[in-house]
Amino acid sequence: MTTPMVQAKGVTKNYGKLEVLKGIDLTVERGQVCCLLGPSGSGKSTFLRCINHLEGIDGGTLTVDGDLVGYRRHGQKLHELREPEIAQRRRDIGMVFQRFNLFPHMTALQNVIEAPVNVAGIPRVQATQEAHRLLEQVGLADRADHYPAQLSGGQQQRVAIARALAMKPKLMLFDEPTSALDPELVGDVLDVMRNLAAEGMTMVVVTHEIGFAREVADTAVFMDEGVVVEAGDPRHVLVEPEQDRTRAFLSAVL
Amino acid sequence: MATLSHADMKPDLHGSDENLNVVPLRHYGRWIAAAAAIAALVGLVGSLAKNDNLHWNVVGDYLFAGLIFDGLATTLWLTAAAMALGLGLGTVIAVMRLSSSPILYGMSSLFVWAFRGTPLLVQIIFWGYAAALYSQIKIGVPFTGITFISWDTNSVLTPAVAALLALGLNEAAYTSEIVRAGIQSVDPGQAEAAHSLGMRPALTARRIVLPQAMRVIIPPMGNETINMLKMTALVSVIGAHDLMSNIQEVYAQNYQVIPMLVVASLWYLALVSLLSIPQAWLERRYGRGSARSQNIPVIQRMLGTTSTTLARRTKKEAGR
Repeated sequence: MTTPMVQAKGVTKNYGKLEVLKGIDLTVERGQVCCLLGPSGSGKSTFLRCINHLEGIDGGTLTVDGDLVGYRRHGQKLHELREPEIAQRRRDIGMVFQRFNLFPHMTALQNVIEAPVNVAGIPRVQATQEAHRLLEQVGLADRADHYPAQLSGGQQQRVAIARALAMKPKLMLFDEPTSALDPELVGDVLDVMRNLAAEGMTMVVVTHEIGFAREVADTAVFMDEGVVVEAGDPRHVLVEPEQDRTRAFLSAVL
Repeated sequence: MATLSHADMKPDLHGSDENLNVVPLRHYGRWIAAAAAIAALVGLVGSLAKNDNLHWNVVGDYLFAGLIFDGLATTLWLTAAAMALGLGLGTVIAVMRLSSSPILYGMSSLFVWAFRGTPLLVQIIFWGYAAALYSQIKIGVPFTGITFISWDTNSVLTPAVAALLALGLNEAAYTSEIVRAGIQSVDPGQAEAAHSLGMRPALTARRIVLPQAMRVIIPPMGNETINMLKMTALVSVIGAHDLMSNIQEVYAQNYQVIPMLVVASLWYLALVSLLSIPQAWLERRYGRGSARSQNIPVIQRMLGTTSTTLARRTKKEAGR
């Protein structure tokens, strides 16, 4: 049996007294696409950010490819790692943000080669070749020398995907990647994600795109108020859910 | 109710619609104000030129005198060193102020409070006379009387060193606020994106956060540098041999106060004008990627002529 790519067991997270995650159990196998859905405030984005330790957790265990991301285990205690060690473990986990977060002072190409050159130590020439290939893959071969401000939202998000892929991640996290886009630009981004899934990339996607989830996801997870309400085959969870809350959510967004 | 016929709504037009001349609004008030301002300026310059008490020959004699160049050299290195001290210490204090440790935050706030809250002139005189407070500078174990090494304060704290300390520490208080504002102006999502790519905090700061903070930091730092150049004149009160100290020494002997102040002013003006050039260049360098800063030549930005150029172009297009 292979280790799952992401395994969460009883993950809890508080902001002061507010419990945002109340014991999340979730497994994402290699090569699978897992879509997290739910109303805003349900904790799905927070959970995603815990996977690469942008947020710490307060209880439970969360492993990526068998490794704890932000912690080291000593007996029954988890000790938080130092930033450089966490950085080392984040290399293999790509992340795409709702608001793109491209580096505005760098061109599209410079955004893509930044981490390969300065983190992975790949020679600039080689990284540039690879970056051109990735930009072509996301349909932006002719935009390499544009600054983010000169690109549309959809183009920026595709550069952001190329930037994350440049580190050759084994897992990709998407935090509402199309929520900040104009409706007519959503399709291009989803196409890129669809191709990525078809190539066998393991992906965890927080999204409101029910259609995309139905079509691409291997697992759909519906979350509400910090708990997983329902999880499973998207053809069941998103078509004929067992829980009333899932049904209410679906009828509201569709 | 009166019925409006179609013809009533049309403006009264004579001749063809295509050959109408547009007459822009005449700003007569502006023209009168401009004429008055020019007349005042001509009057002022004329009266200065005819005023024998100005002694232009004295200005000419001293403008390139060796003593003045000595003073200039001191003013320049003092400006550079005080800005370097201010920027270095100010950055450390800014980082302390952004720290989540309440002790570091409190100490940096105390520093800013003290050095921003007292007049610079007071601080300069304080450092100049610090030997009256501590006659010896010692390094040792506090409260035990054990001393490893000690100096005579007056031999260490020369007027130049006192001037540098006073200007640099004061500047650090102001700079720390500028740097802090710059760092805080960068979207937290930028650091998150960098972290998610596996970049360490130091690399994130150097490659991602600081270059973007620079865009906010550079313009006020340029102003601070220009200000510093002029504030060095204050250290003449402790005789630090800067430009202003030397000017004062001269007019204390020959009583030509006004001509000597003209000499000083001409040099300060020249230096400030020179400083504006690297500032414009830096602003452009760190403005990369922002829509506002693209393809505008340095000279044009420096002279602030971009808006007029734009207006002229619009006018030309309108006139076509």
